[in-house]
Amino acid sequence: MLHEPAPELGKDHSIEKKTKLGIRMFLVYLLIYAGFVVIGTIWPRLLGAEALSGQNLAVVYGMGLIILAAVMGLFYNYFCTKYEDEMNKEERP
Amino acid sequence: MIYSISTTAIAIFVFFVLAVLGLSFYFARKAKSASGYYAAGGQIHWAVNGIAFAGDYLSAASFLGICGMIAFFGYDGFLYSIGYLAGWVVALFLVAEPLKRLGKYTFADALDVQFDSRGIKLAAAISTLVVSISYLIPQMVGAGALVTPLLGFPHWVGVVMVGSIVIFIVATAGMTSTTYVQFIKGGLLIVFSIVVVVLVLNKGITTQPSEDYHQFVALPAEVADGQVTAVSDPSYTVQGQVQSGAQTFVKLEQAGLSTWWKLSGDSSAPVLEEALSIVAAKNGEMLYNGAPKEDKRFYSVGHVREVLVDGQPVESTGPLTPFEFTETIESATVVRFAKAVLKDGDDKVTVFYQNPTLGKDIMKPGLYYKLDKGSTFWSRLDFISLMLALFLGTSALPHILIRYYTVPSQRAARKSTIVAIMAIGLFYVLTLYMGIGAMINGGLDVESSNMSAPLLAKTFGITLFSIISAIAFATILGTVSGLIVAASGAVAHDLMDKYAKVKMTERMKINYGRMAAVVVGLIAIVLGIIFQNQNVNFLVGLAFAIAASANLPAILMLLFWKKTTAKGITWAISVGMLSCLAIILFSPTLYEIYGLPPGDAPIPLQNPGIISIPLGFLTLVAVSLVTKRKLVQQKKDPQPLVETTAE
Repeated sequence: MLHEPAPELGKDHSIEKKTKLGIRMFLVYLLIYAGFVVIGTIWPRLLGAEALSGQNLAVVYGMGLIILAAVMGLFYNYFCTKYEDEMNKEERP
Repeated sequence: MIYSISTTAIAIFVFFVLAVLGLSFYFARKAKSASGYYAAGGQIHWAVNGIAFAGDYLSAASFLGICGMIAFFGYDGFLYSIGYLAGWVVALFLVAEPLKRLGKYTFADALDVQFDSRGIKLAAAISTLVVSISYLIPQMVGAGALVTPLLGFPHWVGVVMVGSIVIFIVATAGMTSTTYVQFIKGGLLIVFSIVVVVLVLNKGITTQPSEDYHQFVALPAEVADGQVTAVSDPSYTVQGQVQSGAQTFVKLEQAGLSTWWKLSGDSSAPVLEEALSIVAAKNGEMLYNGAPKEDKRFYSVGHVREVLVDGQPVESTGPLTPFEFTETIESATVVRFAKAVLKDGDDKVTVFYQNPTLGKDIMKPGLYYKLDKGSTFWSRLDFISLMLALFLGTSALPHILIRYYTVPSQRAARKSTIVAIMAIGLFYVLTLYMGIGAMINGGLDVESSNMSAPLLAKTFGITLFSIISAIAFATILGTVSGLIVAASGAVAHDLMDKYAKVKMTERMKINYGRMAAVVVGLIAIVLGIIFQNQNVNFLVGLAFAIAASANLPAILMLLFWKKTTAKGITWAISVGMLSCLAIILFSPTLYEIYGLPPGDAPIPLQNPGIISIPLGFLTLVAVSLVTKRKLVQQKKDPQPLVETTAE
């Protein structure tokens, strides 16, 4: 495939903070995702119960997981950008 | 099913496919002639790159497979949408940035950067090959499914057609897919999916999908001693009766045509409900609803029997909002179609009978993955296994990881990924409406669950049908090209050059790559024909399981566990991949393809991830600890090193 090579990256002092944030956000999403799987496996009837404005729990939870991924992605980007700006400031020309 | 061919449809389809192919070649030539290609490439806006990500990821499986699975099994198909998107969370938060910092272009290079191990090179190359081929199968099946209704060719012709076009492109001109082409394809797929969903919501839920939708007949019957002796309409005569499990099927004859019906109703008022049937005679003759294929008596199905508004049955709800749609469908009774295979003398009869299903059961998991009524330990484990493989599979797909390296900075890469998550997430939300829309608007081809999205588009006009089919077909061409190049690269570059250290000139490398592309393409064609009747989404689920089992333990442990050794990675890839393949080969699905009873399969799991993914992790930890211990002992005792972490 015609892919460009990865460019050389400057020294990034925010790696540790970004990695920690990534792991924490992953664990939060994992817990919520696992909650869906556990409910589906142990209490499947609960997914058919009304949860919000006439929508059942399966629809709310499923759609919620999709929307949550996008929202958490935005937060992750916001904080990573903030860390990079703060911690790599002195290296900028 | 038998499809009518439309010249307009073919014209629009050919125009769209040629336009996309033309754009591919145009951008490729422009890229090759530009001296500053790489620098220019680095200037691509992150938003464009994000939609291009979506174009790469939203393959035939996402469009044809998920919609088809939802159309046939309701919410169970939507589980794939949830799992595929959740997989991007793993990619964004855990894998992408650390892997990019390693400064390599492929996952195989990244795995090997600390060790320079021949074992890793071999295992990673074989894994790339296996994952690429397993991902190719659903693309080829999808191509065959698309070509059938559009051009009237049988499925295998579609598979051979796509395979041949792509082999020709790859073996002669090289790969021409670029970011802008993927951007256009991804963008068009999302825009036209929105159009279809708007049309579905505007139509609402109705008991009469269209004017020409088949009117199913129910005939009151006379039953004596369990045998149907006559029906209320005297133009029908009873020809026979076959029991299949708890179901009773009756063959009736009218005006020289034999059709199959299902006995239902209680014993005081038995009724025969019309079914669809395919009869395969011993002499090879096939009859569709009692007539030869050319008579076109086999039609697409799927309708609502009853829908309630404010507790009252109505014929049509009128336009609905997305929330009203999902709420109202729960109050409806939808006629799905179940399959039974019977023996009638020497004839093999496949009957597709009406299976009224409550909307509330359609809108929660359970119709495909049994979780409540009729569930077993294995069926629940299958559900967990599926969700695990989907969650962990995305970040282990070599062709997705490669894309992450095409952006200029970590920041742009992150933003691109978030745009991709939003675009793909929007598309996956739409799949629920397209799938249910197909289910209730006559969008089910009972022979293939892959045709639901195009058939749904067809109910809104031939133009929309042709455009959507063309976009899906062009997407398949792009995905297949990319996968064949990746697989041939694994053979020529990783296996022959890096692992076997075969001395080759640049020209020889290209020639071996082309030969590998032809062989991989041919394998894909054969497998695409063998797996014809499988849902492409289910097949992609298997590819995800293979990727997650073989690659993810190695990637995650390399990034987050300092004791990981080269042997640990090599063994983890090998054990994860082989155990996953073994479980698939002995699964009920493959037994069905072998022509054996699925119940005889020694491993009753459809999805292997729950066993093979933990096995990959355990292998890596165990082998790494053993090889690390040897290294520590050798350091204490200053003998020449025989076993090291770097091999």
